[in-house]
Amino acid sequence: MNSGTWSRIDQLARKLAPFVTTVLLVVLSCLPISVSEMGSIAPAISLMAVFYWSIQRPELLPPIAVFAIGFIQDALSGEVLGLSPFVFLLVHAIVVGQRRFFLGKSFLLIWWGFTVVAAGAELILWILASLIALHLIDPEPILMQTVLTIALFPCISWLLVRVHRAFLTSADA
Amino acid sequence: MAQRPGPVLRISTPIRAFAQRFAFLMLLAGAIGLVVLGKIDTLLVERARVHVADAFTPILSALSEPLRTVESVVEELRDLGRLRAENDLLREQNERLLRWQTVARQLESENRELRELMNFKSGRVPNQVTARVIADSGGAFVRSVLVDAGARDGVEKGLAAVTGLGLVGRVIEVGNRSARILLVTDLNSRIPVVLASSGQRTVLAGDNSDRPRLLYLPVDLNIIAGERVVTSGHGGVFPPGLPVGMIARVGQGEVRVEPLIGWSELDIVRLIDFRQPVDELAGPPMLDLDPGR
Repeated sequence: MNSGTWSRIDQLARKLAPFVTTVLLVVLSCLPISVSEMGSIAPAISLMAVFYWSIQRPELLPPIAVFAIGFIQDALSGEVLGLSPFVFLLVHAIVVGQRRFFLGKSFLLIWWGFTVVAAGAELILWILASLIALHLIDPEPILMQTVLTIALFPCISWLLVRVHRAFLTSADA
Repeated sequence: MAQRPGPVLRISTPIRAFAQRFAFLMLLAGAIGLVVLGKIDTLLVERARVHVADAFTPILSALSEPLRTVESVVEELRDLGRLRAENDLLREQNERLLRWQTVARQLESENRELRELMNFKSGRVPNQVTARVIADSGGAFVRSVLVDAGARDGVEKGLAAVTGLGLVGRVIEVGNRSARILLVTDLNSRIPVVLASSGQRTVLAGDNSDRPRLLYLPVDLNIIAGERVVTSGHGGVFPPGLPVGMIARVGQGEVRVEPLIGWSELDIVRLIDFRQPVDELAGPPMLDLDPGR
């Protein structure tokens, strides 16, 4: 093996960073964290990662990766299999379509964009889950989850910015 | 890409764009297909889910360990602050419990004598597996948890999951080293229960909120908040008499039950096989629900 091979492996590993971090966040969101005040509602952390990478490096998070992330999310959380891939793919497509709007804008504007996207995604999830359950599901938990997700977006995107800078900007510009 | 677009690129770009759009639509259709497939062939989808859960079990176990340490440290610091007040409370509680212990001993011996008189067969001691919760659905549509014991530990579908406090739920999916427990609060959970004091039979139905409802109650039934709700044993999944919760709220044609389990501190559960052949004479199996172990 020469240094060329190594650098190619290194490049590949770096390019996997968006997918790997998102999967890690999926795992993280499934951990049984006991915050008694919140009950059992966890924020949709993986949605934040899909949103972030779809804006910053959509070529490194192709639809098939988005699908896989949703699949893992559903499998681990016990949700109806297929729901998260569907919603994540929609979010990915919409965000990639509106990428010009988000790129290089202030964080507040991106946060606002995420608020709209997250609210829409959770609404679609709620409608689909209600359709599958054949009756209207109590909207309170999903509202809680949406609010939590939007409120925690700055923390997770701060983390993702670190990952982004550490793995992707230096090696392959 | 800095190079000038050659003829190959000029043709390939729209093809690539088309292929990408096509792939996206295929995947979207695949997601819907999965949902539909889950409705039709539950087994296939379940197997896929179980495989993924199994694959992630070591990571989840490893990650939940330090998390627990952090949690216990936080909890310990909190406890230090209220040590004195808690001590007083515990002393008082201890005194009360000692009195109860005497009562329990008396009842136990009386019970034994009566059983002997009736030539009573007690249920067999059920198989049990102890497991740790490693993942929490956290979603708004399901209430289930993943535990780190599976088929290789003897877990089977349909086992009851209990803690020292009472019923948690039942096993719905089993992988090799993980299993999923449907909590009593889940939308799909229906458990035959009785109200302990009135003996009224009813069904405890989850709706994804923290407090499941009671179904099919007579309108004129007088229910008091605080009444205990236990499993009735109908259906054969759970034994009769397993504590589930307490009546929390009675209002507008709706009765809610507060489960005995604090969902946020759900950590170790016991998976118990109660599905024995129903024997009319056999009473509830001798279940030791001592939380100290």
